[in-house]
Amino acid sequence: MSSLETPLHKVQGLGAAHSGTGHFWRERLTSVALIPLSLWFAYAVLGLIDTNEVAVVSFLAHPWNAILMAAFVVISFYHLSLGLQVVIDDYVHTAGTKLFLRLLITVLWIAGSLVSVFALVRIAAL
Amino acid sequence: MADHPQKPGAPVTERPMSPHLTIYRWQVTMLASITHRVTGMGLGLGALVLAWWLVSISNGPEGYEDFMDYAETPLGLLILFGFTWALSFHFLNGIRHLAWDLGYGFEKRTATQSGSLVYVLSVVLALGIFAFAWTGHGGYLQ
Repeated sequence: MSSLETPLHKVQGLGAAHSGTGHFWRERLTSVALIPLSLWFAYAVLGLIDTNEVAVVSFLAHPWNAILMAAFVVISFYHLSLGLQVVIDDYVHTAGTKLFLRLLITVLWIAGSLVSVFALVRIAAL
Repeated sequence: MADHPQKPGAPVTERPMSPHLTIYRWQVTMLASITHRVTGMGLGLGALVLAWWLVSISNGPEGYEDFMDYAETPLGLLILFGFTWALSFHFLNGIRHLAWDLGYGFEKRTATQSGSLVYVLSVVLALGIFAFAWTGHGGYLQ
């Protein structure tokens, strides 16, 4: 049976939505990364409970801890943006509102990540 | 509704309806799916609080105290417990979803049982984390 699909479209493998399985795949990748990072986060927060500002700062100022916390926050924000996009795709059917919310989510996850990473840099310099 | 296919006076035939939230009988698998989405959105607020926590710490001792003053109120603790449970649930149910993505656990019985298990374990985990802290076992990173 002959296909109406052009050879270029076929090799690109992006389908009718022009985005292929990219969104699905990035959501899975980030969720797998967040398994060990969430466990580390629980370990860190429980270890810092009932301590003081000095202990929290010296923990987060340590390079490995700063990097792990930055990874946890940035990947969480990104995973959040992917999840929220699905919610919007499911429930918002007006093109304008959809675009607005998508922009809002993009700003939110990038701004949240930048603010958190900058805070971590500042903590390391305290 | 204008183009009703049935002629007036004709006997009404019971046609199958497309299933929707208000029509479905509530099931564990469905509830877990909805809870996964709701906890995910709730954790969006959690991520903002996490960013606020980091910014507070970066503002020095006063900033840290400001955050702790909010966090240690009964409402603050209740919200933090909510985030703890939401993360526990989303974490465990997320692993359930990843197992499905690999093709495991799709049988009706298995999916229902794993759903119930996730609910039980998420509550146990969240309570366990708070019990661990309240019995003075936290703070080992001093």
